[in-house]
Amino acid sequence: MIKVLIAKPGLDGHDRGAKVVALALKEAGMEVVYSGLHKTIDQIVSMAIQEDVDVIGLSIMSGAHIPLTRKLMEKLKELGIEDKKVFVGGVIPSKDIPKLKEMGVTGVFPGGTPLEEIVKAIKASVNK
Amino acid sequence: MSTARYIKDDKDQILDVIYESGIHVKPVYTPKDLEEIGFSYEEDLNDPGKFPFTRGIHALGYRSRAWTTRQYTGFGTPKETNERFKFMIAHGQTGLNVAFDLPTQMGYDSDDPMAEGEVGRVGMAVDTIRDFEIAFDGIELDRIGVGLTINAVASIILAMFQTVAEKYGYDPKTVSATPQNDILKEMIGRGAWIFPVEHGVRLTGDVIEYCIKAMPKTNPVSVCGYHIRESGATPAQEIAYAFLIAFAYIDNVKERGYEPDEFVGGFTFNFNVFGNMWEQIAKFRAARKLWAKLLKERYNVKKERNLFLRGIFGGGGYGLTKAQPENNIVRGAYYALVAALSGAQTTALCSYDEAYTIPTPHSALISLRTLQILMDEVGLRDTVDPLAGSYFIETLTKQMEEKILEEMEKIEKYGGIIKAISDGFIQRMLARQAYEIEKGIERGELLKVGVNIYVEGEPKEVELHEYNEESARIQIESLKEIKRTRSQKEVAKTLKELESATRSGKNVMPYLLECCKAYCTLGEMTSVFREIFGEFQEPSIF
Repeated sequence: MIKVLIAKPGLDGHDRGAKVVALALKEAGMEVVYSGLHKTIDQIVSMAIQEDVDVIGLSIMSGAHIPLTRKLMEKLKELGIEDKKVFVGGVIPSKDIPKLKEMGVTGVFPGGTPLEEIVKAIKASVNK
Repeated sequence: MSTARYIKDDKDQILDVIYESGIHVKPVYTPKDLEEIGFSYEEDLNDPGKFPFTRGIHALGYRSRAWTTRQYTGFGTPKETNERFKFMIAHGQTGLNVAFDLPTQMGYDSDDPMAEGEVGRVGMAVDTIRDFEIAFDGIELDRIGVGLTINAVASIILAMFQTVAEKYGYDPKTVSATPQNDILKEMIGRGAWIFPVEHGVRLTGDVIEYCIKAMPKTNPVSVCGYHIRESGATPAQEIAYAFLIAFAYIDNVKERGYEPDEFVGGFTFNFNVFGNMWEQIAKFRAARKLWAKLLKERYNVKKERNLFLRGIFGGGGYGLTKAQPENNIVRGAYYALVAALSGAQTTALCSYDEAYTIPTPHSALISLRTLQILMDEVGLRDTVDPLAGSYFIETLTKQMEEKILEEMEKIEKYGGIIKAISDGFIQRMLARQAYEIEKGIERGELLKVGVNIYVEGEPKEVELHEYNEESARIQIESLKEIKRTRSQKEVAKTLKELESATRSGKNVMPYLLECCKAYCTLGEMTSVFREIFGEFQEPSIF
């Protein structure tokens, strides 16, 4: 079973989208852990290790997606766990999508992405 | 989306219309419908300005005074925000509504590691009263009401606001501020909570209690159904939960020995407009009526003006789409129309680019002009509550009233609003509803133009507000400068007094004022609370 951590990094508390995606992934047969609000990148990485997830989904609405994602990717590298797939969703301007992908993010889901598309992309990224 | 569901039969004819709150709408309404609901003009409507205020709280409505236009504004440094305030006022805006950045909302200073990347991003940064001195420089605080969109640290922000208002020569008794100060809604939606529920409610209560005597023209709380609806609530739930939250605050202040008649007149509401137009209008009319009735029944409120439901009815948020962004201008115009037809005291409108980021001056101005066109061009001020007496509207208003009461009962049966929030009962329910709405859109059952009907290819590029990385550096420099020049002795002394007052359960407001005068930072004051109260433990919702 694919295991996913849906995480809300930083101070932003708009979590409607994160919760909706979490429910969609659950209904698609995945195991989902939700981080809760206001988590630091270190806390998110610890949760990902503890829960042994295959996928980390960052939900960011505040516009701080570039520095937050960069921090996460560096941390994963530092700990040698780059095999965990990372997806970023939320208010993400299209010009930032290539920047996130360059950092090693597997997929980006700006607001308005159909849930089905998210489920498909996550399933395709994990060989399980 | 969050509009009505239109269920079609095989021949593709519209069979049934069901509103979000669960009301089925008939194709035709006649006098018989009013008969069936036992409609009485005196009891259900009455004249505008008369109990139960279904037709509005003022006899002459907008004929005597138009609604206040209060666009949510703020970004970057206080200087940048001050410039934007002046820009909006120069274009005819009549109230201010201050947006604070996330570190400020969460009680962190701009130089805190937790603030990294967030300083000035979605609102203006505030560290000390120096920032308010700059932000409100040249603003006539005795003429323009100021909404302060802040909750967990509303007590601190209001203390800063009072300190600066006094510094600029205004009597706090004459300024009319509206700190949002609704912590329970933060725990349901929006998520800018810090302290556990009981301590959060205590701080909200401290602000309300303080304002009774010290700032009588200030509205100490703006209860926000708005954010509850953004999280997936139906219109009936939006009103029901907001009322229960308001009652929790009333109970808190009542326990301190005050009569509700002494303070409920300062309560205001912030409600959401998106969704089906008729359901929204009926929602506001029913809410105004119910609020007056419930205050009378539950709290024995006697003074007529204390029964008024006053509110900012704003449109945007979840109603807007990222697809075909210009459609949001049109949506905004309809939301403003609904707010005006519903008797809003104040309106704020999200701009067309707000599904992406905070608005540019251009888009903020379009929103303001939208409100002004309604006000000055198309006749929304001509007569009070023009929809009154409509067979449909009156039937729907009555049905909405019943739905709101049903939703309130459900929560009271569960054990009350505080328990329902602490347990995550409401959050769980709304997350599920939000998910069902998304699925409804994907199945094409809930229609959304540009999203699941009349879809175009790639989304158009929109000119967006650019975040200025320099703002954070300038803000942190200014904070450093203040820390160098203030009296450390005064800072330590006032923080210590705040600490012992907080521990002993005294009202924190007078102590916060002393801290503000000594240029203590927001982060320093919040740390005192954090140390004593701890943090809210979010209930697990899955």
